[in-house]
Amino acid sequence: MSTPSRYWREIPQRYRLEANKCNRCELTFFPPRLLCPECKNRKLEKSKLTEKGKVITYTIIRVPPAQFSDQAPYAVGIIELEDGVRLTGQIVDCAFEDIKIGMKVKLEFRKLFEEGHAGILCYGYKFVPHGE
Amino acid sequence: MEGIIGYGAYIPRNRIKVEEIAKVWGTDAPSYKRGLMLEEKSVPSPDQDTITMSVEASKNALKRAKIDPADIGAVYIGSESHPYAVKPSGTVVAEALGATPEAHTADFEFACKAGTESMFVALNLVKAGVIKFGMGVGADTSQGAPGDALEYSAAAGAAAFIFGRDKIVAKIVDTYAYMTDTPDFWRREYQYYPQHGGRFTGEPAYFKHVTGAARGIMQNNDMKPEDFDYVIFHQPNGKFPLRVGKMLGFKKEQIEPGWLVNKLGNTYSGSSPLGLAATLDIAKPGDMVLIVSYGSGAGSDAFIFKVTDHIEEVRNLAPLTRDLLDKNKNYLEYGEYAKFRRKIRKAD
Amino acid sequence: MRDVAVIGIGMTKWGELWKKSLRDIYVETALLALEDAGIDRIDSMYIGSMSSGLFVGQEHIASLLADYLGQLPVPATRVETACASGGLALRLGLMEVASGMSNIVLASGVEKMTDVGGDEATYALGTAADQEYEGYQGITFPGLYALIARAHMQKYGTTREQLAKVAVKNHHNGLKNPLAQYQFEITVEAVLNSVKVADPLNILDCSPITDGAAAAIICPADMARKMGKPLIKVIGTGHATDTIQISQRKDMTWLEATYQAAKQAYAMADKKPEDIDLIEVHDCFTIAEICVTEALGIVDKGKGGEAVEAGLTAMEGKIPVNTSGGLKSKGHPVGATGIAQVVEVTKQLRGEAGERQVKDARVGMTQNMGGSGGSSVVHILERE
Repeated sequence: MSTPSRYWREIPQRYRLEANKCNRCELTFFPPRLLCPECKNRKLEKSKLTEKGKVITYTIIRVPPAQFSDQAPYAVGIIELEDGVRLTGQIVDCAFEDIKIGMKVKLEFRKLFEEGHAGILCYGYKFVPHGE
Repeated sequence: MEGIIGYGAYIPRNRIKVEEIAKVWGTDAPSYKRGLMLEEKSVPSPDQDTITMSVEASKNALKRAKIDPADIGAVYIGSESHPYAVKPSGTVVAEALGATPEAHTADFEFACKAGTESMFVALNLVKAGVIKFGMGVGADTSQGAPGDALEYSAAAGAAAFIFGRDKIVAKIVDTYAYMTDTPDFWRREYQYYPQHGGRFTGEPAYFKHVTGAARGIMQNNDMKPEDFDYVIFHQPNGKFPLRVGKMLGFKKEQIEPGWLVNKLGNTYSGSSPLGLAATLDIAKPGDMVLIVSYGSGAGSDAFIFKVTDHIEEVRNLAPLTRDLLDKNKNYLEYGEYAKFRRKIRKAD
Repeated sequence: MRDVAVIGIGMTKWGELWKKSLRDIYVETALLALEDAGIDRIDSMYIGSMSSGLFVGQEHIASLLADYLGQLPVPATRVETACASGGLALRLGLMEVASGMSNIVLASGVEKMTDVGGDEATYALGTAADQEYEGYQGITFPGLYALIARAHMQKYGTTREQLAKVAVKNHHNGLKNPLAQYQFEITVEAVLNSVKVADPLNILDCSPITDGAAAAIICPADMARKMGKPLIKVIGTGHATDTIQISQRKDMTWLEATYQAAKQAYAMADKKPEDIDLIEVHDCFTIAEICVTEALGIVDKGKGGEAVEAGLTAMEGKIPVNTSGGLKSKGHPVGATGIAQVVEVTKQLRGEAGERQVKDARVGMTQNMGGSGGSSVVHILERE
């Protein structure tokens, strides 16, 4: 089991969607990068992603890795946020048959998994349908 | 002038009906429904707990308060189901909101009263001028032992309130607290489910403290039940808040907007705070609102709020409590419910 | 640079080899390659292994395996690019021989996968994805390809049946490969009705969990000629990378690393897609073969599904793909796969492929891929 440091250092990204961007290339990086892969600019500016987007592809995981075994089956998709940034995340609070490419979703704060019975609880973002 | 500047609710979408639980335990659903005045209750998904629901309710409160989360000076979470035995829920919530590092946080626990406790402290710190903005959250994923009467009502939900001095949606008129040592309901360390004193939870516990707090705050402010437009009592079941309202001289119409329990269940620390959120959702400027919580062990906190003109501007900036309660529901069978609530013994 | 030839190949029957340890499997296989080459000493060895640490709790396997192969003190190097580790082992060996640094190099790969339970194997394979931003969300290795499959179906109208036909074709080929893990035919219907793993992929869309190793001995072509060996030259190599997070790619349906690696290999070998007689591709999942054939330029973008359906890549087709049975039927001991592809192509070019021999095969290609396409290694081999 890893020490909590590994979880802890990703908190700004997982809790608050903190990213950074290259103002020269108008690219946003999530997770944040130390340099822009396009222009090698190292002066990247902090930014925060939007919390709404749409599903661009998805799957239903039925054979999960060990720490997710209590949760399967669950849906994982690639979400394109309104600011154009794409990220991978679970799609919850939705019947599998209702998930469609193009479906609008918004972020919710959820527990991703637990490190065994006695380890830390691992939180972060998931996505839920965002109707209307 | 101090008061609520933003409020937000969160209710998980899963529900289970009384009939579904009664079917498993061979009890008579119609008589339970009549006796408890309860039809169904909310159930958290396995990925939801006090922390996640507190974050969502708080985000909704922030949408209405429209303040920089970094300016929040205190984040207090009241719950009897904090996910960690040792390690605060409040740090996670504050971090998710962006309120760290310059903030005070504490986890409160006082059975079903922990939510209003957190509000009480946050509000009074604002009043004292110690902090600019303070947030109090009541949230629970309540535990009821399988087959126990509590299983029909123990539900999940959260409500968050941000207190401040400007752009107030409900001005605080007064606060009041009333408590004695009364062991009507408890959960010992390392126990998964709470125990309770059966009918002892009624007259010497709930009714004594709720009426004590309600009468105390009304007396201190020289007010009578008819001076209030709305009143919210803690809702362990449908019957208790209606009966205590009647005992105090309140009419059903004053209680009903915040009476969510028949479709929501008892969200413990979230119960009266969610009732207050639902009431603010429909209140008009100038309305007077009384809220009286109850926590076993036992005690009640009471607050009198006066709704301001600003309510109309913020109301629709976040989901309305009744919409969270009535829309997008997902009904569970007992087996799924038992899985979600980890009532099934699995291999390690 | 010196021309390099394959002078020895080794592979044993793959499968769930309960009685055999990682070192047993490896040594048996490598000895076959040494015997095939008619040598007993090597100058250097490369071992592709994705995750001996997670699968058997053993790192530092290069020295361990050099020792058990009786080759101490040769330099031994373990290389890792997830499932492309084997392909990379050959590439590095090739560079060492071509440069003149060494003469006889063993390029090999091994994975012992059945010493852990199913969910641990799922976890180990999943580490080829971005652990913090894909793995943290519960994605699995089949899940990654399922995301690609759904996107491909949406963009190009690729059908569920077309995916199934990849598996049906490869099982059909594998039936004729005595070393394959699964030697049985399957039907489209069986694939469609098999257990769901990561929608839209079912269990019969997935390559299996396999224990196995593969080995190839390479040396300068001049030396091979002197030894009187059939001259199977490695005439092209390519290796490229892409984001390991699928979400960060401009086009999720396109395997850019494979395209880039193929471009390098074609240029070095001075060949075009139409010059290739057969290809072994990385069909870890049915969708992977479809996307790879597109990236290699065998078919047009988006036409991979149609090509399988039309039989273009069948044994009798215009360009046979995965005559060995592919990862799907032959098995996929991840680190060994890239070398097993070279073993198959070498057999075909030597004319030793038995019932599955591609007539007059002269130029063959291998494509070995890591993770969801974050790395790819391509080789072109030619019989002189």
